[in-house]
Amino acid sequence: MSAFLSYLLNGLAVGCAIALIASGLVTIHRVTGVVNFAQGTFAVVAGLCTSSLLGLGFPHGLSELAAVLAAAVAGLLTGLAAIGKRGTTPLASLIVTLGVGVLAYAVEIVLWGDQPRSAPGLAGSVTVAGAHIQTQHLLVIGVTAATFVLLALFFGRTYLGKALTACASNPYAARVVGIDVRRMGLLAFALGGLLGGIAGVLVTPLRPISFDTDVTLIVNGFAAAVFGALTRPVIALFGALLLGVAETMAAGYGYGSHQLEVALGLMIIVMIVQAGRRSAISEETV
Amino acid sequence: MPEESALSVSGVSRSFGGVYAVRDVSLSVADGEVCAVIGPNGAGKSTLFNLITGHLAAEHGQITFHGHRVDRLAPHRRARLGMSIVFQAARVFGGMTVRENVMVGSHGRTRAGFVSAALRLPRHRRDEREIAAEADVALERVGLAEWADRPADRLPIGQQRALQLARALCARPRLLLLDEPASGLRGEERERLASLVEELRAGGLTILLIEHDVAFVTRLADRIVVLDLGQVIADGPPAEVRADPLVLAAYLGQAS
Repeated sequence: MSAFLSYLLNGLAVGCAIALIASGLVTIHRVTGVVNFAQGTFAVVAGLCTSSLLGLGFPHGLSELAAVLAAAVAGLLTGLAAIGKRGTTPLASLIVTLGVGVLAYAVEIVLWGDQPRSAPGLAGSVTVAGAHIQTQHLLVIGVTAATFVLLALFFGRTYLGKALTACASNPYAARVVGIDVRRMGLLAFALGGLLGGIAGVLVTPLRPISFDTDVTLIVNGFAAAVFGALTRPVIALFGALLLGVAETMAAGYGYGSHQLEVALGLMIIVMIVQAGRRSAISEETV
Repeated sequence: MPEESALSVSGVSRSFGGVYAVRDVSLSVADGEVCAVIGPNGAGKSTLFNLITGHLAAEHGQITFHGHRVDRLAPHRRARLGMSIVFQAARVFGGMTVRENVMVGSHGRTRAGFVSAALRLPRHRRDEREIAAEADVALERVGLAEWADRPADRLPIGQQRALQLARALCARPRLLLLDEPASGLRGEERERLASLVEELRAGGLTILLIEHDVAFVTRLADRIVVLDLGQVIADGPPAEVRADPLVLAAYLGQAS
């Protein structure tokens, strides 16, 4: 029972990191229609930055904050490349984001080498009902919960959030009321970078991160995001938590080498089901 | 006359695949005037409308708005200069209430900065309250006050158009562009729209409306421009235009 509880909490922590990646994907996709395959890169950039900054002797807090901001800048740059030129189709932008991801490999290898790097997080663990839980896991869950609350307030309550929602809902009409849709798209990319960065900073102390960790992150994040059809953050959050728990359980009960396959398998099933449902809907409305 | 015109279109052309949809069209709308562009289906009305709003680029010609050259500006820049548009299709923002939709209409003229909006500083909150109050006034005018807190995408089509009108008014436009405002509306809704347009005209608002329905337009417009096959075939007061043999031929030719 205590093993189950500790797997569950570990799984939730993993799921939270996936949820942050997924929320970045959803934010960017809603506003711009682009599936951003460089989303995992933002987390990697943030993770590697934290590790370097802490290595240089900068204090905790400052290092993490700077790393998250670096990821936001990476998001903005990716956005400039992907949607900076007016009239780029979402499909062309998607290919650009793939290209940015590959280019990022080269840059990361030059700057940080190809070996995995880690960073110290919160040390210690607490015992709840006989289960040992690393404090860092609790930190991940807490920060993710806070991030999602802030995100919901931002989109639901602030004027800027409304303008972003307007772009997501009807870009044509958004232009008509004077909203610069391209600038809002760039803002969405920066926000996506920020969210990816938070995920990276939180995960690095748990799992050493290297230039190609983005593949695992994007596959998991994408799997969670397709749960919410790439547009619904709350469903994506539940998808991510489910995925995190399922993977951790699989690992805990002896299928450790198959985590990525679990994610891929779930993703494919969800996509097939949703594709079927969507074509049924479009037939009805036509 | 050029000094006092709010909108001036001169020699504008646009073709699709070698066929002109709009060819060498010139028209001007004076400040405070209600001008209507009519024409049979396929006359180029929608193309002209999109050229003015910036959703299509003109191949030749100039468009000036209150002295600014606008024909190379993106749609959102034209909106910020004071062009507000009501589309024929339902273009409301889903996932927001009716009031929030109208509030977004003020986007072009609010200068609430990124930081103040994100942090919800007091100044920003005050702005937001003012905008909400203004949105309620606009909703009252179009008769949607009691719907303010409902989700916008659940409104019937006629009310979605009224909502777009409220959104346009909340932007405090210098020119209101209406794209086939009466199409698809029932008698009573149509009547309400007509009296609203009359009220706006009385308030001095400059309006350009594109319309298929000649009867609707004759009652509202100070001046009518008739398009046929992408060109202007008549331009004048309603009574004069209605008696013009070219106009009659264009409409009768279409009907037969």
